[in-house]
Amino acid sequence: MTVLGSPVPTDPTAPEALADGVPSPRPRRWWRGLLRHRTGMVGAVLLALVVLAALLAPVLAPYGPTDVHFDTPFQKPGTVGFPLGTDNLGRDVLSRMLYGARASLEVGILAVVVSTVVGVPLGLVSGYWRRADAVVSRLTDVALAFPFLILAVGLAAIRGASLSNAVLALGIAHIPQMIRVVRGETLRIKATEFVVAAVAMNAGSLRIVGRHILPNCLSAIIVQATIIMPGAVLGEAVLSFLGLGIQPPQPSLGVMLSDAQQYLSKDAWLGVFPGVLIAIICLSFNLFGDGLRDSLDPASHDRK
Amino acid sequence: MARYLLTRLWQSLVTVVISSIVVFVGVRMLPGDPAVSLAGEEASPARLAAVRAELGLDQPIWVQYAKFVWTYLHGDFGRSLRTGTPVGEMLRTTLPVTLWLAAYALVIAVVLGLTLGVIAERFRGRWPEWGANGVAMVGLSVPSFWLGLLAILLLSVQHHVFPASGYVPMTQNPVDALYHLTLPAVILAIALAAVVMRQTRASMIATMQSDFIRTDRAKGLGRRRVLLKYGVRNSLIVVVTIVGLQLGGLISGAVVTESIFGLPGFGKLTLNSVFTRDYPVIEAVVLLITVGYVVINLAVDVLYSVLNPRIRVAGDA
Repeated sequence: MTVLGSPVPTDPTAPEALADGVPSPRPRRWWRGLLRHRTGMVGAVLLALVVLAALLAPVLAPYGPTDVHFDTPFQKPGTVGFPLGTDNLGRDVLSRMLYGARASLEVGILAVVVSTVVGVPLGLVSGYWRRADAVVSRLTDVALAFPFLILAVGLAAIRGASLSNAVLALGIAHIPQMIRVVRGETLRIKATEFVVAAVAMNAGSLRIVGRHILPNCLSAIIVQATIIMPGAVLGEAVLSFLGLGIQPPQPSLGVMLSDAQQYLSKDAWLGVFPGVLIAIICLSFNLFGDGLRDSLDPASHDRK
Repeated sequence: MARYLLTRLWQSLVTVVISSIVVFVGVRMLPGDPAVSLAGEEASPARLAAVRAELGLDQPIWVQYAKFVWTYLHGDFGRSLRTGTPVGEMLRTTLPVTLWLAAYALVIAVVLGLTLGVIAERFRGRWPEWGANGVAMVGLSVPSFWLGLLAILLLSVQHHVFPASGYVPMTQNPVDALYHLTLPAVILAIALAAVVMRQTRASMIATMQSDFIRTDRAKGLGRRRVLLKYGVRNSLIVVVTIVGLQLGGLISGAVVTESIFGLPGFGKLTLNSVFTRDYPVIEAVVLLITVGYVVINLAVDVLYSVLNPRIRVAGDA
């Protein structure tokens, strides 16, 4: 691709670029900012705990997520052997929650992957090439606020409700946001001096986009991912609650809430714990994301 | 201005046409041959062909599409496969429920979000700001359908403050109708209010630091007056944008809220149609939401250009 023999000397981390406020891809600077960000650190710690609990679910859970104990249904939290009690089929609530958190994170991560894999290239293309922008931006404008639930409803109607459909619907629904963010970053970076210099040195378009623009978009992409994650986790809970996502008896926090719905008046805790866990997962991502954004983005110093 | 409106109108029309094609093709991709389901599994090929001809399935796809558009434009959305009721009638009975719910929630969300956002700006660095930020953070993270379940448990089952379910048409008894809708609307409004609050706060902070505010203050205008008159006005632009962007969330939320509170609304109809595989209803529902979504987006854009003259100028240029 490169016609030019010598490697392009424009390093995105060159001092001029930093002075312009372009975030450095080197981790040291923002890492420090995040460490000083109080609520961001709270989020990071919570997040680490949640991820650890989800990863270690097979070790931590006293029972399998679908193990039924018909002789001990509706045990109260604190019962010996069942720390958080059991549900109508005698399934251990704690075990189901651990595996449910696992499913939530899984759906969240996959949705982020879907929206990133599709959204980032489209964002780069539409930010860099004006002609493509006309088409991509128009479509993005239209799709930006389309209700993901209707997408999920359509997919469920065509392919049947399942985890993969939930991932697809949530991933697709978040693509436009990713395109918007990457496009904006691309437009901004394209106008910086080091990119102009690279153009002047006859660097090919693909090289400029791949070597200079994409690495500098990374921080914005990561921040966007932390915004998409809690949205997707909530979305999974909603879809599973409605029966459009993960199917029972597979454990999912949404499925647990849906199961608990009819026993709420008598056994309220069944509906309390899974909801609290969903809230904690989303809260940790939101706090962490806010902290990350504040420390990565020099423009937003409104929170200290 | 006129030119901008025309461009937007044209774009909206294109969107509606594209989405109608997507829905049309999507429904035809659904598993199962309608001719087989009508004539029976053991029908002879000749009988199947006859049924196909009767349904118009033997014609080229674009002719079928033209017919589909034609009947829709004449207000004929077909009949439900389950009950045989005309889909148009189902829409007429369920839509008002959802529209009232969404409008009510929208009012709550904007009032609550704006107030909290202004408070957060007014008391920066002090406890009201932290409080408002905390409330928004929690509102953003807590699943609203879960809050709905808890609210029913606490306020309806245990303390009987609000009814757990039931719907009273607005035309019958407005007071009772609002009373029945209050709990669902508050639940639906929470997430939106959190987003509105955060954006209002950010925009207020940016506005209050801008030069024209400083000029106003230097001229001797009181802080409260500047805040309410200029700060809030500028933030309204942001609020309109946010409401436009959160529309999808509001529609999705309405479906869930209706399902929890047992409201006989559009969302309930949508879910039921999927679970019973009632294809004509799915077709109409998805298309209607898309069209409604496009129309409201258009309205938001127009409102936006009225509030923010810079957009208008850019569109005319």
